[in-house]
Amino acid sequence: MSARRDLWFTLLCAAALALPLGVLVFLFGDVLLLGLERLSPAFLTSYPSRHAEHAGVLPGLVGTALLGVMTAGLALPFGVGAAIYLEEYGGNRRIARAIEVNVANLAGVPSVVYGILGLAVFVKTLGLGRSLIAGAATLALLVLPIVIVSTREALRAVPMGLREAGLALGATRWQTIRRVVLPAAAPGILTGAILAISRALGETAPLIVIGAVAYITYLPDGPRAAFTALPIQIFSWVSRPQAAFAHNAAAGIVVMLLLLLLLNAAAVLVRDRFSRGGSR
Amino acid sequence: MVPSELVLGVHGRALRAAPVRERLVELALLACAGVSVVTTVGIVLVLAGESVAFFREVGLRAFLFDTQWTPLFSSPRYGIWPLIAGTALTSGIAMLVAVPLGLLAAVFLAELAPDGARRVLKPLLEVLAGVPTLVYGAFALLVVTPALQRVVPGLAGFNALSPGLVMGVMILPLVASLSDDALRAVPMPQREGAWALGAGRVPTILRVVLPAARSGIVAAGTLALGRAVGETMIVAIAAGQEPRLTLDPRVPIETMTAFIVQVSLGDVAAGTLASRTIFVVGAALFVLTLVLNLLARRAVKTAPGGGS
Amino acid sequence: MIAAPAPRAPPTTTAADATTPVKLAVRALDAGFGATPVVRQLTLDVPERRVLAIIGPSGCGKSTLVRCLNRMHELVPGATVGGSVLLDDHDIYARDVDPVLLRRRIGMVFQKPNPFPTMSIRENVLAGLRLTGALRGGRKQPAIDGIVEQALTRAALWDEVKDRLAAAGGSLSGGQQQRLCIARALAVEPEVLLMDEPCSALDPIATARIEDLIHVLRERYTIVLVTHNMQQAARASDLTAFLLHGELIECAPTERLFTQPSDRRTEDYITGKFG
Repeated sequence: MSARRDLWFTLLCAAALALPLGVLVFLFGDVLLLGLERLSPAFLTSYPSRHAEHAGVLPGLVGTALLGVMTAGLALPFGVGAAIYLEEYGGNRRIARAIEVNVANLAGVPSVVYGILGLAVFVKTLGLGRSLIAGAATLALLVLPIVIVSTREALRAVPMGLREAGLALGATRWQTIRRVVLPAAAPGILTGAILAISRALGETAPLIVIGAVAYITYLPDGPRAAFTALPIQIFSWVSRPQAAFAHNAAAGIVVMLLLLLLLNAAAVLVRDRFSRGGSR
Repeated sequence: MVPSELVLGVHGRALRAAPVRERLVELALLACAGVSVVTTVGIVLVLAGESVAFFREVGLRAFLFDTQWTPLFSSPRYGIWPLIAGTALTSGIAMLVAVPLGLLAAVFLAELAPDGARRVLKPLLEVLAGVPTLVYGAFALLVVTPALQRVVPGLAGFNALSPGLVMGVMILPLVASLSDDALRAVPMPQREGAWALGAGRVPTILRVVLPAARSGIVAAGTLALGRAVGETMIVAIAAGQEPRLTLDPRVPIETMTAFIVQVSLGDVAAGTLASRTIFVVGAALFVLTLVLNLLARRAVKTAPGGGS
Repeated sequence: MIAAPAPRAPPTTTAADATTPVKLAVRALDAGFGATPVVRQLTLDVPERRVLAIIGPSGCGKSTLVRCLNRMHELVPGATVGGSVLLDDHDIYARDVDPVLLRRRIGMVFQKPNPFPTMSIRENVLAGLRLTGALRGGRKQPAIDGIVEQALTRAALWDEVKDRLAAAGGSLSGGQQQRLCIARALAVEPEVLLMDEPCSALDPIATARIEDLIHVLRERYTIVLVTHNMQQAARASDLTAFLLHGELIECAPTERLFTQPSDRRTEDYITGKFG
């Protein structure tokens, strides 16, 4: 009977979706259990240590927070600016089409290659050293295509009529963009930006390549300081043979996933809160 | 009542300054867009520059025809194939997991699931795609490998199988999400045409919808392969650091990406041949992923939905 | 300074007399997209402080024509324009004309009400002045309040919104939104008001209010009203122009055009034989 076969096929397809989801739920649960032993306020406020039970994520947490702020500060102006150019000025100009293709290809470049670029350009050529600012600049280049694409989507969602209304009032193109289009697109741009930054904060490979240090017992005192980050600390714990550090790695992962979950929740909140439009 | 000189409007003050400022703003925005071009040029220059210096010393022949990659040894060998084999092995295993399961999942989302389920499941997939790969790497090493060792005889602590499987789960959301888009781009009348001929639901999906979405699905698979090839942390953590020309998934190997991490973690003096190896491997990686992305874009262009 | 609320006078059709000066003169205007012409060799006069209605079947080029009058047409990629449009005898397509400044003298109201969603009612009215930087520095708060009240009064919206000027523009009804858009256009103090099917998204009651408003506005402004609704043209305009396939078939005082059209095609259209 065909109804029976349909049912089996549907179940098969549903299983294909459910299986990986189930595996992941299991893995998350496993890591949570593994990390629970180490999770405590002290874990958040301690420096790394040779003794697993005393080691904490403070420098990584601070490093990741600083990286997030600096990456946003670098990637957003350029990314949003580029998106405005491509969406509002580019039209069918050849240069805009070429930049678009370029952005699409950059989005597919492995993150570790951005690390190599950062190492050669920021760390060495520009002489920034293995510093916080070199890390932020590298991550900024990495998420630039994501910021550009999501900002363009937000701009595209602004009705054409609003631009026309601005222009018909005698505003110039830029006046219309700045006062009408950007405010209307702001929630979408912000949501995309938060997601891009959360992507940057989970990156490990580029930071390893530019030379973030895992074992650091002080907090960075400026943009030129050596630094560590949450993923770097987790990675160093994962790589240790002693089983005790596996608990640290798991606890670090729980902290990092919570941080990213918070960022994602913030992004969703921004989208829902402002997409109803209007009130201010 | 009003002056008849048109060029002087009511708010004529802004008269001639505006066009200049407008032009400056546009140029500034173009410069922002130019950063992405500079990035590409930078990547190419950095990789090509160091690679040329590398080949001047090593020679292309050794790179392409030697079967060993031991640049950090006292008697270094520079054959790229072991790293490519490692990358191919882990990516291949990942694709074996991600493509069939991802495609079936996409069929479920696009053709079979009720709308409500879809609205919950698709964002969930996107959340999974946002989990840092470091976390997947830790899963592979700390959980999956020990579990597999109980069923797979001779499985080493570092191996290609475990990270390959986990990587498959990692790229599955990408395959599912893009294939779902491709399936949904198939026009409804094509399905209705098949139903009107008396074809059942499953035959319609298998014979009409999937073939129509073929190029979109191919693009999804190609993009996923590009992601797998460039994936770093899972393999750096769980696959080992032993470049080996093998297809045995049970033994330690090393991928191109993992090698870059290995060198970066060690103390390699700048300017030495060993330090150049990461640029050469990076260049190979860049070219490989670029080709895969270009192929995927071409496939998308021929898809019925068009666009990217 | 502040106009009294508009009396709801019954619309009367006034023929343009020969002594009324011409505000806008369209001369041999060609417009299109790429190689496709939409408006062809069109010549037309709009007398000062009169309402000119433009009617014709969809696709006849009404909207394109009116968008050529404030140079909005050229913003569409691939748009082409030829010929000239004279505002007070000065060609708006002349080389030295800044289209941005032109649009401050020729306001526009669109088919769908498009108040700025992120701005309050008050800010929507002031939008044109804020966008162009005209309010920067200088003006005192009472003066700005005066601008808001005057524009809203002229748009016959003041009494309905004066107690909630801080509310979002989007919180108004469709008809109120459209009058807000008219107030927004008036606050820039234009001389000409282009209205591109301003009632097509509105219900009959809101439409009647806009038509009444048009009747009052013509005492101060020259109005070009595009409409697909012949009754509206008959009710609200002094002159009517009939367009077909991008060409002007006939332009005459509204009453005459609807009672004794001189062209067969006009007659066919207004009697409902096509369109």
